[in-house]
Amino acid sequence: MANFTLNINGKKQEVDVDPSTPVLWVLRDHLNLVGTKYGCGIAQCGACTIHVDGNATRSCMLTVSSVGNQEITTIEGLSENGDHPVQKAWLEVDVPQCGYCQAGQIMSAAALLEKNPNPTDEEIEMAMNGNICRCGTYLRIRKAVKMAANS
Amino acid sequence: MTLVKTKIGRRAFIRNTGLASGGLVLGFNWLASCKMTPEQVNSLPKEWFDLNGFLKVGDNGLVTIMSPNPEIGQNVKTAMPMIIAEELDVAWKDVIVEQAPLNTDIFTRQLAGGSQSIRQGWESLRMAGATAKHMLKEAAAAAWQVPVAEITVKEGMLMHEGSGKSAGFGEMASAASKLEVPEEVELKDNNSFSIIGTDRKNVDGPKIVTGQPLFGLDVYKEGMLTAMIVHPPAFGMKFKSMNADSVKSMPGIKDVFHFEAYAEDTERQWSDGGAIPELVAIVGNSTWECMQAKKALQVEWEEDSKLESSSYHDEALAALLEKAPEQPARKDGDVEAAFRKAAKIVESTYTAPYLAHNTMEPMNFFAHVTPEKAELLGPIQTPEFLEKTLASRLGMPLEKIDIMMTRQGGGFGRRLYGTFGVEAAVISQKMNAPIKLVYTREDDMTQGTYRPAYKVKYKAGLDENGNLIAWHVRGAGTNDDLVFEDRFPAGAVDNYLAEKHALPTNVTTGAWRAPRSNFIAGAEQAFMDEVAEASGKDPIEFRLELFDRAINNPVGDPQKNDYDPARYAGVLKLVKEKSNWNGSGNGKARGVSAYYCHNSYVAQVLDLEDGGGDMPRVEKIWCAVDCGIVVNPLSAKNQVEGGMVDGIGHSTYSAMTFNDGVPNQSNFDRYRLIRNSEAPKAVETFFVDNGIDPTGLGEPSLPPVVGALANALYKAKGRRYYNQPFINDKPPLVG
Repeated sequence: MANFTLNINGKKQEVDVDPSTPVLWVLRDHLNLVGTKYGCGIAQCGACTIHVDGNATRSCMLTVSSVGNQEITTIEGLSENGDHPVQKAWLEVDVPQCGYCQAGQIMSAAALLEKNPNPTDEEIEMAMNGNICRCGTYLRIRKAVKMAANS
Repeated sequence: MTLVKTKIGRRAFIRNTGLASGGLVLGFNWLASCKMTPEQVNSLPKEWFDLNGFLKVGDNGLVTIMSPNPEIGQNVKTAMPMIIAEELDVAWKDVIVEQAPLNTDIFTRQLAGGSQSIRQGWESLRMAGATAKHMLKEAAAAAWQVPVAEITVKEGMLMHEGSGKSAGFGEMASAASKLEVPEEVELKDNNSFSIIGTDRKNVDGPKIVTGQPLFGLDVYKEGMLTAMIVHPPAFGMKFKSMNADSVKSMPGIKDVFHFEAYAEDTERQWSDGGAIPELVAIVGNSTWECMQAKKALQVEWEEDSKLESSSYHDEALAALLEKAPEQPARKDGDVEAAFRKAAKIVESTYTAPYLAHNTMEPMNFFAHVTPEKAELLGPIQTPEFLEKTLASRLGMPLEKIDIMMTRQGGGFGRRLYGTFGVEAAVISQKMNAPIKLVYTREDDMTQGTYRPAYKVKYKAGLDENGNLIAWHVRGAGTNDDLVFEDRFPAGAVDNYLAEKHALPTNVTTGAWRAPRSNFIAGAEQAFMDEVAEASGKDPIEFRLELFDRAINNPVGDPQKNDYDPARYAGVLKLVKEKSNWNGSGNGKARGVSAYYCHNSYVAQVLDLEDGGGDMPRVEKIWCAVDCGIVVNPLSAKNQVEGGMVDGIGHSTYSAMTFNDGVPNQSNFDRYRLIRNSEAPKAVETFFVDNGIDPTGLGEPSLPPVVGALANALYKAKGRRYYNQPFINDKPPLVG
């Protein structure tokens, strides 16, 4: 066990965990931030996507000891009132079916638009390819990303 | 208006004060209110009044509606309350939706499966709204001393024109709650609906997009431990021994033990089908610590039945296709005689592998079992059956077992089989502590309960005019006999023979979204395309001729035919028109398909992109659906699109295979699921507007799309695709 001070959603958070613990489980089991989801544990499905210094990152394979002072943003910290343009577009298009993968989808989309505010269709698909939606909401995901880009 | 007796679901209208208090079972506040706007939060009523088990009215006019059925992504949590709100005549903005717990005294069929929630709930949900409205009207009539028949209701307001009096629901809620539930109520005419048939957004949407706790895995409770299981590495193996001592001392680990999830005398329900009776449990403080212990634990397993490989399943299923079963499933006319005189014969075999469900949220369940009671909370499609098994396994009466459903990160049939709920309860009982059982992705994918592997052989005979005179289908599946003998084209062909086999295996299988249909539809519709081509006719015209036959002069007893040929032809004609089948599609790699299952009719035209590599991308799908009244078109279209992406994805990319009983795929690195850039570029969905009571929508768009894809692939590549996943269906090497 070791103490780590993490910078999460603009707040300093202290945890005492095994250094090999992935950030996913630090968030979920220790910090009560359960919006970041467990899907595969091997960075294949994207359900656990967070931002690390603004980059979309799979938190299930990111050990807590490797984070250091980098800024972590989770779905809970993406916006104050759930009004990030991507979140608003997701609601407007009514994207979710089961909803389980959608936090990860939104985090991937928000990171994309931060770097590339006007992505082409191909760029959207490529950026979102790391996020599996088992319900098959891919068409609405694309539509919502475009809507957010245009807002 | 239609006057109906409230006899169906009558017990649903016995008031239940437990429900009104909101102090249900576990009282997790995060489960309680789902569609609350900031205005609603600021104006919550001081008191709620329960009018029947389905709804309660606040003194300020807000209405809480219970959604009885499990929510697995099919969006019943929005659609079912919409139906109640329609008959109640409340403004949708004043509605708060709550997930109901399992309560067999009030609700009927709290089950997510077979695309039946809306169809089977339609009448009782409407009556729930209508009886409550009637009680509110009665209360107003008594207060104002006017006849109840003169009171009108609109958007939560009660009005009496003659006296000019009016009141909100909230003002009459207390008095209404003291009245008897009426024995007869009036239901609205379909043409006066103002909520049903309109686009309403997912009631959990705001919580989903902000990452609020909703799902089973999001349950964290004071004093709760995490539990994981270790199951045998191969089908055909069972527990022998282990050395748990070194693992028990690992950080955060509380206990490691071998246990019987199911005892010999446990009375099992059908939902226990995939049960693995003996397991190892690891219980600890946190998920990561349990995962580390799971990796370190050495368990010895022993063989207790045959260790089957995919090659064995393939050979055994192929052998069954060569053999006639003792009895045909259906026989009309004489196919053998017809084949002898046929001008042309077409014969083909289609195959598909096992599939895993792979819900994005792996199996999990919270359980707190004490000698006094059992509290369970989690994602389950069949809570009523889980409760029965728990009663037997735990030796407790049903009334001491409380089950609450969370929102569920996908179902697809997997959560019909609630063995994980039983495992959680037994582990909690043994630990004498609240626990949350968590399956890793690997546990989830290798546990079993798979979509069976299938093979089907078709043979058709055409006369010299290209008319279909004989149809023979022989199908086989692992643990499942595949063929629906009374579905199309039964009833449309004079000489018809349907035969089926099941191959018993120890690889456990279960219902997977649109069971059997998910394979047989694509095979049948691909074969129909081959037969149409051999007949020299247009594939849509060829099918329509068969439907004409089934309409005008059906073969055999028309009551036996499990479809309505007029509705079937209706969706095909609609998609033909919308896709401009005879016009602009010429030159495109284009396929058509139509299928009926789960009481709904779907037809699709699918275009593939020009060029492309091995697997050209779907450019567009036109989809026509007849599911009767569409409750929520916004979400209905989402279901239809998702079903087609699901069908295309699995038939193109996915497979579960075995080597000596060991699953070869255990995570998404080796089990391929469709991704964003592989999903269709565009979809257009059209609903038949016929006013018929609604039928299912969670499954019916999936099965036919596999046929539409196969038929378009034939146009694109010049060869037929017979074996799923299509991406591996390479042409034979020449030379």
